Amino acid sequence: MVNIEQSSDVATARPTVEEITRLAASVADPEIPNLTIADLGILRDVRVGEDGRIEVDLTPTYSGCPAVEAIESDVRAAIAGAGYPAVTVRRVLAPAWTTDWISAEGRQKLAEVGIAPPGPVCRAASTATTEAATATATGQPVAFVHCPHCGSRETEILSRFSSTACKELRRCCSCSEPFDHFKPL
Amino acid sequence: MSPAAALDSAVARYSLALGDDALVLCQRLCEWATRAPAIEEDVALMNVALDLLGQARSFLTYAAEREGLGRTEDDLAYLRDERDFSNVQLVEIENGDFATTMARQLVFSAYQYQLYEALSSSADEQIAAISEKAFKEVSYHRDHAARWVVRLGDGTQESHRRMAAGLETVWPFAGELFEPFEVGSELSGLTEMSIARDPASLHDPWSAFVTPVLAEATLEIPATAWAPSGGRSGLHTEAFGYLLAELQHLHRSFPDAKW
Repeated sequence: MVNIEQSSDVATARPTVEEITRLAASVADPEIPNLTIADLGILRDVRVGEDGRIEVDLTPTYSGCPAVEAIESDVRAAIAGAGYPAVTVRRVLAPAWTTDWISAEGRQKLAEVGIAPPGPVCRAASTATTEAATATATGQPVAFVHCPHCGSRETEILSRFSSTACKELRRCCSCSEPFDHFKPL
Repeated sequence: MSPAAALDSAVARYSLALGDDALVLCQRLCEWATRAPAIEEDVALMNVALDLLGQARSFLTYAAEREGLGRTEDDLAYLRDERDFSNVQLVEIENGDFATTMARQLVFSAYQYQLYEALSSSADEQIAAISEKAFKEVSYHRDHAARWVVRLGDGTQESHRRMAAGLETVWPFAGELFEPFEVGSELSGLTEMSIARDPASLHDPWSAFVTPVLAEATLEIPATAWAPSGGRSGLHTEAFGYLLAELQHLHRSFPDAKW
């Protein structure tokens, strides 16, 4: 319910959790800017205290992710810009972020910029056997990661790491285009 | 010292050792920037180093918090001298060629994999949180190293020769990773409280991964009687001083420098 007298004074009005969540959720990821931090699943919680103090919980994708500080500062700026400067951004490590938290919309957006989205996380996928290592060394495709350009599932790994720690470099065996694959984590 | 203060001190010391391992190996791997055999490897090694840096920052920040002396992660990384670092010697030895670096990556990532998996259920919430996150990252480091060791070991005559020589170089340093905590020490106290994990318990699962990789790489486990040790208590190799000088000189020369 809206109280008209109070809502006319932005500086002292207590924002709703929904409003702050909307502001924080719209912040773009600095490295893949067509994705928001909500798409990536790194916005974990928003709390608004009785005194109007705002707390936002973010979790890093990787321990050393260099974008963390920029994201934290962007979140503070987005909320302060709407008239709520009393914001604390907390960095939480547990539970650890997983690519399973990337939203369906986020996956769609990744594919749109030529990055193959991650498949579901399973332990076996991240601890490839030496058999797989040998298969890769001889150029055999070992996993069904679809090419974001032509859709073929015949793709091979070029390198376990790519432009950022969260991606690996693959090549399509059908159209020969290289592409980034967001690794399941 | 009160029991609470003794616990803080022990947890700080343990976190510092884990952080120092990650920090020093990160610094070594960064020496490969622009020098790896291919651009993909340049990128891969820097990504591994970045993960290690993130782990180091988490552990050093936590060590600083628990020791309660008002120090920060930067104070711990940049203002301690050689004898105050408690990393194992394995992570500080020089990179050698790419095969030697990959031999060390295999030995160390496979160790960190077992360590972080075990510590994900540590009774200390912060150590558990850092470890659970780091475990996922290290899974990729271990996989990356295993692939290279197999490719080079079971490759050409020259790549096999170099891979075998690299393994010879790093193997003696592996033993220190699994040295048991001294009975009755503050660290063995942490093990009893399920906060730390005795390194000796990690050896067999580590070996169960590394041994088949080496077999597939047609490499023999080096026979060695030499077992260097002492890094955990501040004894380091000659190479370490030069590494620290490079790591610390900017911060020490320009203490208030801002990026």
